[in-house]
Amino acid sequence: MAKIIATRETKHVEINMKQPLKLRLSKKKRFVPLFLLMFPGLLYLSINNYIPMFGLFIAFKDINFAQGIWGSDWVGFRNFEYLFSTRDAWVITRNTILYNSAFIVFTMVAALALAILLNEVKNKLLARFYQSVVLLPYLISMVIISYLVFAVFSTRTGLMNQTILPLLGLDQVSWYTEAMHWPWILTSVKVWNDVGFFTVILFAAVIGISNEYYEAAKLDGATKWQQIRYITLPSIAPVIVMLVLIGIGKIFYSDFGLFYVVPMDSGPLYSTTNVIDTYVFRGLMQLGDISMSAAAGFYQSIVGFVLVVISNWLVRRKNKENALF
Amino acid sequence: MKVQNKNRQWTLNIFMMFVASVFILPFVLLIISSLTDEVAVVQYGYSFFPKEFSLDAYSYLWDQRGQILHAYGITILVTVVGTVLGLTMTAMLAYPLSRKDMPLRNVLGFLVFFTIIFNGGLVPTYLVYTNLLDLKNTIWAQIIPYLLMNGFNVLLMRTFFTTTIPDSIIESARIDGAGEIRIFRSLVLPLSLPILATIGLLMATMYWNNWFNQMLFITDPGLYTIQNLLNRIMTDIQFLQNSDLASDASAAADLPSTTVRMAIAVIGILPILITYPFFTKYFRKGIAVGAVKG
Repeated sequence: MAKIIATRETKHVEINMKQPLKLRLSKKKRFVPLFLLMFPGLLYLSINNYIPMFGLFIAFKDINFAQGIWGSDWVGFRNFEYLFSTRDAWVITRNTILYNSAFIVFTMVAALALAILLNEVKNKLLARFYQSVVLLPYLISMVIISYLVFAVFSTRTGLMNQTILPLLGLDQVSWYTEAMHWPWILTSVKVWNDVGFFTVILFAAVIGISNEYYEAAKLDGATKWQQIRYITLPSIAPVIVMLVLIGIGKIFYSDFGLFYVVPMDSGPLYSTTNVIDTYVFRGLMQLGDISMSAAAGFYQSIVGFVLVVISNWLVRRKNKENALF
Repeated sequence: MKVQNKNRQWTLNIFMMFVASVFILPFVLLIISSLTDEVAVVQYGYSFFPKEFSLDAYSYLWDQRGQILHAYGITILVTVVGTVLGLTMTAMLAYPLSRKDMPLRNVLGFLVFFTIIFNGGLVPTYLVYTNLLDLKNTIWAQIIPYLLMNGFNVLLMRTFFTTTIPDSIIESARIDGAGEIRIFRSLVLPLSLPILATIGLLMATMYWNNWFNQMLFITDPGLYTIQNLLNRIMTDIQFLQNSDLASDASAAADLPSTTVRMAIAVIGILPILITYPFFTKYFRKGIAVGAVKG
């Protein structure tokens, strides 16, 4: 009995193996053009993204251009030991995380306020105008923004030192050499730069709320403030949570231009303007300290990756659809 | 009740106008500063109400137009070539990934996706472009690194293809005897113009604004884009005169440096300020689309 079943099964398998194989081949042929379409993009990603990922190993080498990248000596964790024995490691980590946290909080609060106010504007044309104006800085390069900042904060000719501070009866400040002012300058600039982007997203969520809720609330005599508190905010809460979590996922990365060009790469400001990205850049391009730079970059890539995975896991728990993966 | 509502709208709009001015005034200051007399700036600083207007900064830049026009040309070249190539590559990679019957679809989709959440960082990327590909001081160093950057736009476009192009259309085209490439080119692409326009616009803005790759890869002033020129001048106003491309080296003596700085920024920003009102709708739409996934 068992034998019969066995032979039957083998026969069955044989038939199954033979026909679909031919079929599968002819089917696959059909997809050859599609694979060709994908080829340039896949080749690009392997060069631009995957080779550098494997290139992370140079953080464990003592890079020496005379010996070449492959020929340089392996040094284990020594680059990391050096990096974390300096004060820099602490300063750049602290700056990166504190700045990004401040950006997330202030940008989100400002964008939320603007989105709710925009929704109250009855004139559609004006509402669109406000949105466009608020979004404008987001589309301007950081280099241009550094000029705007310079016009305001230049020590000799800036609006602040020449007009505003004298009006208030205050002394002039040497903005580009005094580090203590830059936390609020950079935060203001970043919020000013990004708030439009988040306003557009939140506004889209606000206008998506069904009008019926507001009508019903009005009938019950709810004030504007109560409507915002009990209808608008809870309705768009998922979007806010999602945006904040995405921000947390990127908390180890910063806007390079903001921290490099806007303070004009001024040395005395490094204690409050140096972040991981600028540290890596300076090590690579100015100091020629590639090993240290690579170690800091490795640190950023790995911790950054862990944070993205964690924040995504949190988004996923809240709402599967909003998760990146 | 109606009067109250009207009053409320007025207060609201006045407040919003105030907010809007916070976003516009810095640009106004930039433009007015560029039109101020050099002596007035040195004495009273950049101001919304200058003591004396002057076109000196612009006439100085006009004398130096050789380099500025050249930089503009490079910027336009990089923007056009980069956007066209990048958009094509994005669509070509996104379409097969959107096909449900595509073999290896999930594996390849994951490989594209993984580039969004993990990257090798600056140092290895820099070494790939300088050591492996040897692109330092070539026009390609400004184009290639931003073509796809990572898989984000690819996934955005894939979502568009899967949600808006019905399988039945593709199937019927195939029964009519159209090949895969033909289906992609004459059926899928024309149906996807909205997403192509949106992503294309964001890509073009990114290329236009890009100065970081210039700082990494370009030392030859002949390849400078307008953004990079601005960046160099920010830290060194003398740059315009020192460079080999400056058309008139003798003008160096009386450089109105504080206003020229602002004038060249105005020249860099003008194309965006002029075209922005026409594109703003697409930007808003594009951001709303992209926001769904990140």
